[in-house]
Amino acid sequence: MSNIKNISDYLQMGKANLVEKEVREALEKGVGAVDILNDGLLDGMGKLGVKFKNNEVYVPEVLIAARALNKGIEIIKPHLIDAGVKPIGKVVLATVKGDLHDIGKNLVRMMLVGAGFEVIDLGIDVPDATIVEAVREHKPNIVALSALLTTTMGAQGDVVKALKEAGLRESVKVMVGGAPVTQSFCDSIGADAYTSDAASCAEVAKSFI
Amino acid sequence: MPTFKSTAYQDIDNFIYAHAIYPVALKNGMVIGGGTLYPEINFTLPTMTIDQSTMPEVIRNYKEIITGVCERAKDLCSSGFVAEIETLPPMTFEPKWGIEVCKAVVDIAKDYAEKYGVKSAVRITPNDIREGNDLKHMWHGRHWDNMMETFEGCAKAGADLLAVESVGGKEVHDEAIMYCDIAKSLFALSVLGCTDMKKLWSEIVSISDKTGVIPAGDTACGFANTAMVLADKNYVPKVFAAAVRVMTAVRSLVAIECGAKGPHKDCGYEGVYVKAITGTPIAMEGRTSACAHLSPVGNVAICLADLWSNESVQNIKLLGGMAPTVSFEQLVYDCRLMNTATERGKETALILRDLHADSDSAIDPQAYVLRPDVVLEISKEIVKEEGYYNRTKKAASLAFSKIKEAHGNGELKLEDKELMWLDRLSEDVEALPSDVQTLTEQMLPQCEKLDPAKYDMK
Repeated sequence: MSNIKNISDYLQMGKANLVEKEVREALEKGVGAVDILNDGLLDGMGKLGVKFKNNEVYVPEVLIAARALNKGIEIIKPHLIDAGVKPIGKVVLATVKGDLHDIGKNLVRMMLVGAGFEVIDLGIDVPDATIVEAVREHKPNIVALSALLTTTMGAQGDVVKALKEAGLRESVKVMVGGAPVTQSFCDSIGADAYTSDAASCAEVAKSFI
Repeated sequence: MPTFKSTAYQDIDNFIYAHAIYPVALKNGMVIGGGTLYPEINFTLPTMTIDQSTMPEVIRNYKEIITGVCERAKDLCSSGFVAEIETLPPMTFEPKWGIEVCKAVVDIAKDYAEKYGVKSAVRITPNDIREGNDLKHMWHGRHWDNMMETFEGCAKAGADLLAVESVGGKEVHDEAIMYCDIAKSLFALSVLGCTDMKKLWSEIVSISDKTGVIPAGDTACGFANTAMVLADKNYVPKVFAAAVRVMTAVRSLVAIECGAKGPHKDCGYEGVYVKAITGTPIAMEGRTSACAHLSPVGNVAICLADLWSNESVQNIKLLGGMAPTVSFEQLVYDCRLMNTATERGKETALILRDLHADSDSAIDPQAYVLRPDVVLEISKEIVKEEGYYNRTKKAASLAFSKIKEAHGNGELKLEDKELMWLDRLSEDVEALPSDVQTLTEQMLPQCEKLDPAKYDMK
């Protein structure tokens, strides 16, 4: 069985140490870092993501696999940099001002990383100004906002306004989500996309790249 | 401080809704757990920002809510109800706003009591704001001070019951849920959570004594309900969520150990264990809380309830009327049915209790662990253990073993992926260290989000 297939299989099983072993072996054999990344690591995460969407596995299994993914990426990172390989896109992620919930946001982060994005996670209770500053600094493709309360979801609209006022609105796509958020709310605040779960968020994010 | 070394209930036939061994008598004559199941209506604002400029609209909403509920109570000849106000974070960060909301609700409720004999009590639940990047310490500083000011101010404004959904340990428990990490869950609940509960409830009981109101209870909503909601979305195994539910009972019990009297709060389904052990009354929510969140325990939740709640509903217009009024009506009808059964005699009441339990418990392990017979059996074993850690560990171990037994007997259906996790989690419990010191030493380096100094830990 090839190292690449083993990397994908072991990653899906959450076996971080075996993923690490297979990645090192593959590099020693001259397998390209890009192939290891795309056909091994991200292939495994992608397949697990499908299983998660089909309710065949739970979040812990995906998170444990994500640890294995990170371990593998750490090893090949220098090779990727040498080869000029970049993440498929960059996302600034935050739970909006006044909202302290982070589980949903963390699930989104996990799915985006698994899809090949670089994620700048600003955390919870994040003011508009901090998000705007992060967009200026990191120049992301996407800003993804989470809100779990009906009394904080309005802050997602405030972020859209703040980006407009800063002259940055056209440079990013804004995605929104969270339990009380709906498509019509998304439309009303001028965001670009609403998704109802973390897995869909990653798929829609990919479509924006 | 009592540590409850035996269960208050011994006989399953006495362990039933609307009856508590130590009922709570209110000033208006209502007795919670005294034979009548009362509705508890919980409500919140529609989508809106809360700040100084919107406070008039906030108050208008709450006045509209309580007026609608009182009117419907009058129309339906309700014998009494509890209205719960859960303050939203801005109302706790600015205590005067939370106090103003409380007073607005209390004043209207009193008015209806005086004019029309509509009996009610108000439960105030200040939002636990001890989270976020600017929290310096769990038991002093701005967050703590604002919470205590809200408790005391609302008590003076006329609230009858003080409650909270406290969050001590939540920063660790959220990650425990995401990884189904039993050890981390245990650490969050039995070490951080119980330590925090002691500090918090000593203070709340002191405020209650000073102001002449009742220290009611706490819930592990941010722990067990988070797990339940994630299980409902197929994010985490249901067997894990079921075990967390049972484990949280030890943490929630600490409020009673500190002097809380009940009724325990609605979203704390572990209240059934608290009732078994302490004999104090509890609020529960089930099918009537679908307006706030879905659950697998819609019927079984009423079996042991002394207050029957809707969890929370926004003040929005439905075809039947404003949503809080509609939700209140649903509660009143449920209570009326249960009370009618009680009036017909114990046998009838027990049949109704058991029908509610049997209708849910075969379908989901989270419902199974709320069956009155299972609750009593597990509670009797929990109290034999010494210390919060051992009790919480025993709760986890028994939850898994009872679920396994039920599945083996054909009493509970479980999918293959749940069975895989049941075995795995059972092994994880068996592998736990025998003492809490060892667990703490193991956990501290693994809990990135925990600042031990906030809990006075090194």
